[in-house]
Amino acid sequence: MEGNKKSKVVIIGGGIVGCAIAWELAKYQLDVTLVEKQPDLAMETTKANSAILHAGFAARPGTLKARYNVRGLALYRQWEAALGLEIEYVGSLVVARQAAEKEKLAELLAWGEANGVPDLELLDREAVLALEPALSPEIAGALWAPGAAVIWPFGAALAFAENAVANGARVMTDCEVRSIAIAAGRVAGVETSRGFLPADVVVNAAGVWADDISRMAGDDSFTITPRKGEYVLFDRAASGKVRHIIFPIPTAVSKGILISTTVHGNMFIGPNAQPAAGKDDTATTEAGMAEVIAGAQKLMPDLPLGKAIVEFAGLRAGSDRGDFIIGNSAAVDGLVQAAGIESPGLTAAPAIAERIGELLCERWPNLKKRADHIPDNPKTVRFSKLSAAEQAALIEQNPLYGRVICRCELITEGEIIAAINRPCGARTVDGVKRRAGTGLGRCQGGFCGPRVVLILARELGVPVTAIVKDAAGSSLFMDKLPGHCEVLKP
Amino acid sequence: MKNEVRKISCIVCPMGCVGTVEVRGGIAVRAAGFTCKRGEAYAVDEVTAPRRVLTSTVRVVGGVLPLAPVVSSRPLPKEQLLPAARCLATMQVAAPVQEGQVVVANLLGLGVDMVATRAIAVA
Amino acid sequence: MRRQNCDVAVIGGGPAGLAAAVSARRHGAQKVLLLERDRELGGILQQCIHNGFGLQRYDEELTGPGYASRAARALEAAGGVEVQLDTMVVGLTPDKVLRTVSPAAGLQEVQAKAVVLAMGCRERTRGAIRIPGERPAGIYTAGAAQRMVNMEGYLPGKEIVIVGSGDIGLIMARRMTLEGAQVKAVLEIMPYSNGLTRNLVQCLDDFNVPLYLSHTITRIEGKSRVTSVTCMAVDENRCPIPGTEKTFACDCVLLSVGLIPENELSEATGIALDPLTGGPVVDQHRETSVPGFFAAGNVLQVHDLVDWVSAESDIAGRSAALFARQLRPAPEKTLLLQAGSGVRNVVPQRLVCQPGQAEAVRLFIRVAQPARNVRLRCLCQGETCYERRLPIVKPSEMVVVELPSAAYQPASGLLTIAVEEAAP
Repeated sequence: MEGNKKSKVVIIGGGIVGCAIAWELAKYQLDVTLVEKQPDLAMETTKANSAILHAGFAARPGTLKARYNVRGLALYRQWEAALGLEIEYVGSLVVARQAAEKEKLAELLAWGEANGVPDLELLDREAVLALEPALSPEIAGALWAPGAAVIWPFGAALAFAENAVANGARVMTDCEVRSIAIAAGRVAGVETSRGFLPADVVVNAAGVWADDISRMAGDDSFTITPRKGEYVLFDRAASGKVRHIIFPIPTAVSKGILISTTVHGNMFIGPNAQPAAGKDDTATTEAGMAEVIAGAQKLMPDLPLGKAIVEFAGLRAGSDRGDFIIGNSAAVDGLVQAAGIESPGLTAAPAIAERIGELLCERWPNLKKRADHIPDNPKTVRFSKLSAAEQAALIEQNPLYGRVICRCELITEGEIIAAINRPCGARTVDGVKRRAGTGLGRCQGGFCGPRVVLILARELGVPVTAIVKDAAGSSLFMDKLPGHCEVLKP
Repeated sequence: MKNEVRKISCIVCPMGCVGTVEVRGGIAVRAAGFTCKRGEAYAVDEVTAPRRVLTSTVRVVGGVLPLAPVVSSRPLPKEQLLPAARCLATMQVAAPVQEGQVVVANLLGLGVDMVATRAIAVA
Repeated sequence: MRRQNCDVAVIGGGPAGLAAAVSARRHGAQKVLLLERDRELGGILQQCIHNGFGLQRYDEELTGPGYASRAARALEAAGGVEVQLDTMVVGLTPDKVLRTVSPAAGLQEVQAKAVVLAMGCRERTRGAIRIPGERPAGIYTAGAAQRMVNMEGYLPGKEIVIVGSGDIGLIMARRMTLEGAQVKAVLEIMPYSNGLTRNLVQCLDDFNVPLYLSHTITRIEGKSRVTSVTCMAVDENRCPIPGTEKTFACDCVLLSVGLIPENELSEATGIALDPLTGGPVVDQHRETSVPGFFAAGNVLQVHDLVDWVSAESDIAGRSAALFARQLRPAPEKTLLLQAGSGVRNVVPQRLVCQPGQAEAVRLFIRVAQPARNVRLRCLCQGETCYERRLPIVKPSEMVVVELPSAAYQPASGLLTIAVEEAAP
């Protein structure tokens, strides 16, 4: 690097991987920009997955998945306090339903030991049922991994992005990549819906779209074939039954239909693994729901199906390589791939980011870390988690913390406004939901959703009719003015 | 002229009788299938001159809420419900609004007033 | 933190809370505190701008806001009720300590002598009925949409499919039609409607809105905003019948698929709930399983008429006042009431009896199926102790029966309410 001119890095994709990369690269003296085509971060694969930090026994030793899974989990542990991540180390069980399946448990144990996963233990039937009394009494045993955790994936992506912004990175949402400029065989920049961004390096973290992005730069060495996973989420009131992450014996294609709790205490079941009709096919299906329920009932026959509050589907961004694709593109100089990121991608994200940082250090040997790097994110106020004295003081300071907007989750107007006004702040109803937690409860925003729309419009200074649910075009309300709703001719 | 036979679900009481009324030239000539006189009378009204109370909203200017709920002072002819509601959509009233205040007098010349059903204070 | 004491704390300022607070005052509670989370009293009535309320209680046909205003005036006339608006109860202990938050008063702790639960109910959502498909914008519960249309001045869509034929769904079909929208269909999975006949006639038939009975929504399409929904006819087991798919182009889906009593506070306090009603188990005085806690209105059972809500809340408010004044005698015996054949649920679920008690007890009964010409019986140990003929019963309309003391005074143990076809 000459003089003060910083090398320019554009990261494509604002999911957990892109955000972690932005966070990692913002530690360096680099000019970092993250672009995301959706109105908010973490809107695709990061939004809808099993939300698990895997212990690291399920990936075959020697793969990138195995290496980055174990390293990623360690990095989450190292950074969770500074970044303010929501993680619960609940531990996971892989449950053998018949004696014959116990062989597979021994194999997973061996993989785990080879991958360097600590504290793995084979449990007999009684020990498993003591941990999870609601499991089917038919089970034969389980592999216990106390290090596995559940995490709030959106919160993690946002925390990475917020910290990146605090350290000088730019995050541009509603910013779709249209083409990648190549000059003299090297990456020169990115043409986006929000203008041209010059770049020395482009990092491809585009999830299910990563092969399209790669092809834009002239590298067609891999294909992403999204696979859909469907889930059912339950009311917290019905969720006390499950305390750990409960996997069945994995299949060749996935870790199987599991039962787990979210970091917010809601039980959920899923995912199945079905071909997706396209890269935006997140529709749930009747057959898929039946498959998920039947699968989970094999582990836990007495599911509280009447307490289901939402079903959703997400896409796995798996590639034809069978492993993560991390590294410099062989075809184009300046294109760095972070692609084919399927499970355990969420766990691996900070380790993948660390690896991308190393690659840039190799490219630019004089690259230095910032001396003024800020490691800590400002704390997010969660009113319901405060002591009575803290709550009273907070309302005294700002009375809007005394107005409860989301009744199910006890979220106040003060928290909603903070979610809108912080870096990478919420612009959409679901953006508020994911940052502040509104509408995640049993009424799923039925009551607070319209109120959040009104608060967003007021805080952003835009008409109510401009507020969208999540994606571009997902508008919610029309003005009640003559002519706006005239389908019938009076 | 042939008699027209109309099927009517009675709403007078929870019995919910479904009967028929024969009409000739706009006049009910026979009703059948209703268990009581009140039901029969309702059914005859329904086929000859059905009327409904209209409730809707009128835009409020300068109020704590943007709309005032209103109710018609009397039932109006059923076929006038939609035109009346679409007409109300074009009207507005200034805050404050009192409960019972006539917000729109003689709507569409039907001889029916629209009355506010709650108060809206000035913002 | 602010602290205060009161005789009776009423949680919720809708029709139930308003009536309970007034009744508590009338029966001698000195200090009554009414806690309401919205910025005004009246609860859901404020958004129910249609008429049809109050015929029983006020002998006059009122709109929702009109009924609310009557109830609020009664509160003013009663005097001595401290109303706190914009105030949410966030904690409730079995020894009757309430914790509240509000912008104006911050955190507050209230020690009450008796508590009336009047939190109402909430709407069931999409998750509860599991509609496959995308998750685009344009799907609202009917009540949430009703508030936007009637109070905030915004419309949820132009071309609408309503799922469920409960009264709110029917009322919204008319409302949206009057706003100029086109209601393409109302889908009802059961072979009968869950709404009042009057609403079927005046909200659907009047505007030629088609009602599809025995039909269920099977799919929602649309990436960012709803573009269509597909429904299918169902068989007698409510399973979709292949080949019956119908697709409606629309930009909005309104869900009217049932109401759930809002009992999270009750549950946290250890109050026993009836799985059939979703509300607390109560005696005829509306006392719950935890002494000094009373419940009334939709938090107890989802009512069809607000007039019954008010009447029930009169009882709860009175009982709470007497409890606070330590004037509730211990019962001599307790009878249990249960739903028998043909009955979905009965409120109250318990009868407490004093020696010489002579008043009839009003029972609210939801039947399991619509039927004509039925016999309603109250059975004790196989013997009929009360019987009544009813020309018609429907699940959507509560059956209200006054059980005379002669029927329950001699009884012991368990009383069963059954509704069966009468012999011709």
